[in-house]
Amino acid sequence: MTAAFVALIRRDLLLSYRGGGVGAALAFMLAFLVMIPLAIGPDQETLSRLAPGLMWLALLLAVLLTTERLFQQDWDDGSLELLAMAPLPLELLCLAKALAHWLGVSLPLAIVAGPLGILLNLPVDRLAVLLLGMVTGSLALSLIAAIAGAVTAGLRRGGLLIPLLVLPLYVPVLIFGLATTGGDLGPAGATPSLLVLAAIVLITLVLQPWAAAAALRAYFR
Amino acid sequence: MKLNASALACERNGRVVFSGVDFVVKSGELAELRGPNGSGKSSLLRQVAGLVPVSGGGLTLDMGDDDSAGDQPLPQRCHYVGHQDALKPSLTVRQNLSFWAMLLGGGDGDVERALAAFGLQALSEVAVQFLSAGQRRRLALARLPVAPRPIWLLDEPTTALDQTAEKTLGRMMDAHLASGGMVLAATHATLPRKADHVITLGNGDSEIRRLQI
Repeated sequence: MTAAFVALIRRDLLLSYRGGGVGAALAFMLAFLVMIPLAIGPDQETLSRLAPGLMWLALLLAVLLTTERLFQQDWDDGSLELLAMAPLPLELLCLAKALAHWLGVSLPLAIVAGPLGILLNLPVDRLAVLLLGMVTGSLALSLIAAIAGAVTAGLRRGGLLIPLLVLPLYVPVLIFGLATTGGDLGPAGATPSLLVLAAIVLITLVLQPWAAAAALRAYFR
Repeated sequence: MKLNASALACERNGRVVFSGVDFVVKSGELAELRGPNGSGKSSLLRQVAGLVPVSGGGLTLDMGDDDSAGDQPLPQRCHYVGHQDALKPSLTVRQNLSFWAMLLGGGDGDVERALAAFGLQALSEVAVQFLSAGQRRRLALARLPVAPRPIWLLDEPTTALDQTAEKTLGRMMDAHLASGGMVLAATHATLPRKADHVITLGNGDSEIRRLQI
């Protein structure tokens, strides 16, 4: 069972780099962040104030962009049927897909987002805590993406449905992710917000395999 | 080992595809599924694979006195080669096959042997997107020997295969049956090996039952 779990993660990582999934998402994030100073003007103070929020948005949207392909490709070419017959419970299969998505897409995006923040005049003293929040939060983003990806696996034009499914679930991640870099943090600093973010990750980690597997089972009816 | 179907029925989207199908396939036997388009040959194979629900009757695997695999569910004892080949275009031939070998519990040696058997060794480092239809089919069939499964479910296995590959498939089926496996194959063509049973399904114009809401 462990071998099958590892095999699936390895294959998805390989596909993510070969198929350009992570490359396209990175290019999108870069383009988004480059456009922002053009859209809201070059005033350094405004940019600096908005930078953390805009970087979180860039990360959310870039992850959203890759969600549709998460299960759909496996559905389209028949791999998902064979995976469902493999000696790996569907729950673990969904967890493996989500972890592979995190390692292959969300984590690299979250790490790259930090240096890109310089484009928005992000205060350097905030960079470390923002990066910590994004790396933690990105796991929740991937887990939630995998639920939506499973729900829309067999749907034509499922991509239109994904933002509606995913964005409401991303709200708590966004709120507590941003709270780590908020203006008035209080005496405890960023720690309470980071802990809540970690709690959100743990909750989604527990719920995701069952939710995604239930969605996939509906396709084999 | 015996696969029993009694009064097996299949319903898809409110339509009865077939009903009252009975058969028994034993170890070492090749059963051929015949019937016109839409008679449910693929659906029957997919029922055995656990991908389509059994809507009536029973489908059971009787292991006899050989219970080495314990209470493993039926789909995990099956190989299914359907119309879709479950190959990733951007990965190489070897990467595709190694993945399924690892996932299904086979070894690297099995991968090399399977590639050699289907004449895919020279193509092993080529990305699957550059393969022809017949080569993709051979690669899909190469999954059969990489991990042992007692039941092979083959849907139109000879589509796009050349004569050499058909013979290879025939030899593989012989070896599998000789070692106590069973094969269920749905086809319109002639299989490379003579079937022990022919299961004939209806004419495809079965009654249309209204969806009960």
